[in-house]
Amino acid sequence: MLLSVQDLTLARGGVPVLTGLGFTLEAGQALILRGPNGAGKTTLLRCIAGLQSPISGAILGAEETIAYAGHADGIKAMLSVRENLQFWAQVFGKGDIAAALDSYALHPLADRLAGTLSAGQKRRLGLSRLLVTGCPIWVLDEPTVSLDVDAVAMFAAAVKSHLATGGAALIATHIDLGLEAEVLDITPFRAHADHYSGTSDEAFL
Amino acid sequence: MIALLLRDLRLAFRAGGGFGLGLAFFLIVTTLVPFSVGPTAELLGSIAPGVLWLGALLACLLSLDRLLALDYEDGTLDLLLTAPLPLEAAVSVKALAHWLTTGLPLVLAAPLLGVLLNLPPSGYGWLVVSLALGTPALSVIGTFGAALTVGIKRGGLLLSLLVLPLYVPTLIFGAEAARRGAMGLDPSTPLVMLAGITLGTIALMPFASAAVLRMGLR
Repeated sequence: MLLSVQDLTLARGGVPVLTGLGFTLEAGQALILRGPNGAGKTTLLRCIAGLQSPISGAILGAEETIAYAGHADGIKAMLSVRENLQFWAQVFGKGDIAAALDSYALHPLADRLAGTLSAGQKRRLGLSRLLVTGCPIWVLDEPTVSLDVDAVAMFAAAVKSHLATGGAALIATHIDLGLEAEVLDITPFRAHADHYSGTSDEAFL
Repeated sequence: MIALLLRDLRLAFRAGGGFGLGLAFFLIVTTLVPFSVGPTAELLGSIAPGVLWLGALLACLLSLDRLLALDYEDGTLDLLLTAPLPLEAAVSVKALAHWLTTGLPLVLAAPLLGVLLNLPPSGYGWLVVSLALGTPALSVIGTFGAALTVGIKRGGLLLSLLVLPLYVPTLIFGAEAARRGAMGLDPSTPLVMLAGITLGTIALMPFASAAVLRMGLR
């Protein structure tokens, strides 16, 4: 068991969004999170990545084992693709970025400034960062946004080979990746925030 | 850590990185002072240490709001928080990168600008020493201010208000050391105080910066 989440209650902006949520993630397993907009998928993933603390409940096994990819890719526009990736490889203590460039077909773009890439190419660069982290658990928030069909296939292949080497992935997505993955619908765990009727994010921002 | 430092330095020197912004501001302030004060050589000479120190401080302040805000906007900060690098080390490295791209050029340019302000010859050495000792504190304290205001849109004004009072001791002792040096007096007491402030902030501030960053991003 790589990651275990027990009886988690989460809030966003002080309003409870999820309660009583629990699941475990084994090595080689992928878990797809589903739920309507505002259900708390991002909040859950940020919490597991350690960017936010839960109101109650426990997250076990999440110390330094998680590679997180959120809505923003953390790409510096004025650095080249290679420099961006090299930086993260060094931060995570890995030297080799060739495999990461390979799996997302970034070699032809390696010396372009990241600021000149298209949205989908940026996303590919952002996802290739996961391969240089060496972390066993991938926590991904809508990873396929702005990817085309080919790039989604590259992503699915990368996830598959990650799972095959004993990794695990927790992915919030609405599309079918063609993975043999369990699906966790978080709708039943939604908290009842009585004072706030809607599910929009407006109340929090 | 070295990777983060190199990346920050590389970004600063690339187009749009903001290197030279502080230096240009420092240059503008010190060249305009003689025009506004008038061409009295003695008066200029006596206010030169204070003007140079104030110019350096404001130049440092100018680039602070970019220090963490850019990393916050493109998501790098979130990813750094989940990386194995300790956050205290990351903010220390960011402060160091800020000093290397803003503080150090000011230290090196100050003697040249001292000529414009008719700084007495005995003052140059002490001006450089006091700036070299004091500007690291400005970067470290500034990083703390930037960490406090990182999630706030248009946080620049708030950042200045928060950071300026913390800059006052550094300014007082720094300018006093430079002034005493220029007048031929013994500047060792203010220099020791200045060094104390700098070393104390370098030791303590990264922990405060990391703590507020963790809270602020939640």
